[in-house]
Amino acid sequence: MSASAHEETVVHHDIGESPEGENRPIARPATPAANAGAGARRIIFLALLAIALVLPMFIKNFVVFQLTQTMVYAIAIVGLNLLTGFNGQFSLGHSAFYAVGAYTAAIMMEHMGVNYVWTLPVAGVICFILGFLFGLPALRLEGVYLALATFALAAATPQILKLSPLEHWTGGVQGIVITKPDAPFGLPFNQDQWLYYFTLIVGVILYIAAKNLVTSRTGRALMAIRDNPIAARSMGVNTSLYKASAFGLSALYTGIAGALGAIIVQFVAPDSFTLTLSIGFLVGLVVGGVGWLPGALFGGAFLLFVPNIAEGVSKGLSGAVYGLLLIAIIYVMPSGLAGFIQAVVGKLRGK
Amino acid sequence: MELLTQQVLAGISTGAIYACMALAVVMIYQAIDHLNFAQGEMAMFSTFIAWQLIEKGVPYWLAFLITLVVSFIGGVAIERIVFKPIEHAPVLSHVVIFIALYSVINSMAGFIWDFTVKSFPSPFGSSPLFGSTLISSHQGGMVAVTLGLLLLLYLFFSYTSVGLAMRAAAANPASARLVGIRVSWMTALGWGMASAIGAIAGMLIAPVVFLEPNMMISILLYGFAGAVLGGLTSPGGAVLGGFAVGIIENLAGTYIPVIGAELKLPIALVVIVVVLVFKPAGLFGRVVVSRV
Repeated sequence: MSASAHEETVVHHDIGESPEGENRPIARPATPAANAGAGARRIIFLALLAIALVLPMFIKNFVVFQLTQTMVYAIAIVGLNLLTGFNGQFSLGHSAFYAVGAYTAAIMMEHMGVNYVWTLPVAGVICFILGFLFGLPALRLEGVYLALATFALAAATPQILKLSPLEHWTGGVQGIVITKPDAPFGLPFNQDQWLYYFTLIVGVILYIAAKNLVTSRTGRALMAIRDNPIAARSMGVNTSLYKASAFGLSALYTGIAGALGAIIVQFVAPDSFTLTLSIGFLVGLVVGGVGWLPGALFGGAFLLFVPNIAEGVSKGLSGAVYGLLLIAIIYVMPSGLAGFIQAVVGKLRGK
Repeated sequence: MELLTQQVLAGISTGAIYACMALAVVMIYQAIDHLNFAQGEMAMFSTFIAWQLIEKGVPYWLAFLITLVVSFIGGVAIERIVFKPIEHAPVLSHVVIFIALYSVINSMAGFIWDFTVKSFPSPFGSSPLFGSTLISSHQGGMVAVTLGLLLLLYLFFSYTSVGLAMRAAAANPASARLVGIRVSWMTALGWGMASAIGAIAGMLIAPVVFLEPNMMISILLYGFAGAVLGGLTSPGGAVLGGFAVGIIENLAGTYIPVIGAELKLPIALVVIVVVLVFKPAGLFGRVVVSRV
C-alpha cells in the first residue's frame, strides 16, 4: 500500500524530535490534487461549478435548503482546516466563532435593520479579532492543552449567550428569529434558491481565497510551522504572529459561515451552538481530509446527511448506526476522502 | 468563614468524583498518549453491567469484581477490534473514532436500559461524615478508594516490569520495540486497565449522580479538566487536579455574583486555562524537553 509506505516515512522523520512518542503527525499532509495536472483540476472545478449552478432548477426546495446548509458547513470546515490542517493547531472551540457570526448577523438584521449582505463582512471582522485575541494565549498551549482551552470556549458560549444582562440583544434562551431575504433585482428565484446562489457565490470566493492563501508565501509559512516550528522560526518565520493570525483567519471563515447559517435557518438560539457543533466540524474535517480544502464539501455533506441516514436506519439506535458509519468511513479512508482519492489516482496511474 | 469552609467541603465532595475520573483519564493517556472521548461512556456502560448484575441478585462486591473483569476484557477488545486495524491512521482520525465510539456506546446503553434514571447502591452507606451533611460517608469512601487506587497504580508503574514496559511503550514506541517490549499488547493492556478504572469510577459516581446513559458527559469533562490541570503525566497530580476543579467550581458559583451560578463550568475552565498558560504541562506534569 502506498498509503502506509508514506506513513512510515513520516514516522521516521519525526522520531528524533519527540521523545514523548508523538511520532505520528497530527494529520498526514494530503494533497491528492497535486498529482493531477493543474489543467485537469481547473476543468473539474469548473464542471462542478456548472453543475452547482443549474442544480437548483431541478430539485425540491427542501433539498436546495439542505445543499445550502452543506455549503455553509463546508465554509466553516475550510476555516477549521486552515487552522488544523495547515497550521497544526487543534480546536474544539469553533462553535463559538460560528455562534458569534450567527448572532452578529441576527442582531444587525433584526435590531439595526442592516441588509443581510453587510452582516457577513462585519461577522468576519469581529470573528477575526476574537480569533486573533484568543490565539495569543493559545500560543503557549499545544495538543490536548489547546484542545482543553478551545473546549472551554465552546462550553462557555451557550452559557454566555443566555446571560441575563445580554438578553436585550441576544433574546436569551428564546434566541432571535430572522426574516428571510428575497432575491434582489427581480431575479426569478424563490428565497431558498436565492440563498443557495448567494451562499454559492460567497463560498466560491472564500474557497479561492483560501486556495490562494495556502499556496502563497504565507501558506508555506503556516505549513512550515505545522511541520517543524523550530525550523520555521530559525528560517525567520514570525511563528507567534502567524499562529495567532491563523486562528483569526480560521475564525473569520467560521464566523462568515455562522452568519450565512443564521440567515438561511432564519433563527439563532444558544443551544444550537454547543460543543456538539464543534465536534461536528472536526468530524467533517477528518472525513473530508485534513489539509485538503475541497474535502470540506464532503465533510459538510457528511455532517448534514449522515445523522439523518442513521435515523432512517433505526430510530432507537441512530447513535450507534451513526458511530458505526463513522468507523466504517475511517476504516475505508483512514485519511479521509483526500487520502482515498490520492490512493485511487495512484492506482489508476500505475507505478 | 463558615460559608467558605462549607463550600470547600462541598467542593471536595464533588471533587472526589472528578478525581476518580481524572485518574482513569491519566491512565489511558499513559497507555495511548491521547485523551479518550469515549472513556466516560465506557465507564457508564460498565456501571450499567454492575447494576444489571445487582438487579439479578448478585451481591455487591461480587458484581463489582465481575464488572471489573468484564470491563477489562471489553477495553482490550475495543483496542484489538477497533484501533488495531487503523494504528497507522493520523491522530485526528483516531479522535474521530473516539467520537464514533462515544456515540455507539451511548446509543446502545439507551437502547438496552432506556433513559430513565436508576439509583445505584453504595457500599459505604450515605450517613453524614464528620458530623457534616455536606460530605457523606459514601464520598469519604470514594476519596479513600481513589487514593488507594492511586497508590496501587504508583506501585504498579514504578516497581513492576509490566508497568515499566507500559510506560516505555507509551513514551517511545520505537525504542521500546527495540528492547523487546510488545508495544501493541501494552497498548491493549492500557486500554483494559483504563476501562477497569473507569468502571470503578463509574460505580463510585453512580450513587451520587444516579445512573442513566448521559450521566458521564459532564463528569468526563471535569475529569479531563482535572487531569490536564494536574498534569497528564502525573496520576497524583490528576487526582489533586480533580479535587481542585471541584473546589474552584463551587467557590466560583458562590462568590462571583449573578454570573457565577450560570457560568460555573466556564469559569472553572478559564481558571484552568490561565494556569496552563503559565504552567503549560500542568501543575505537576513533567516538562518534556525535546531534542532538535
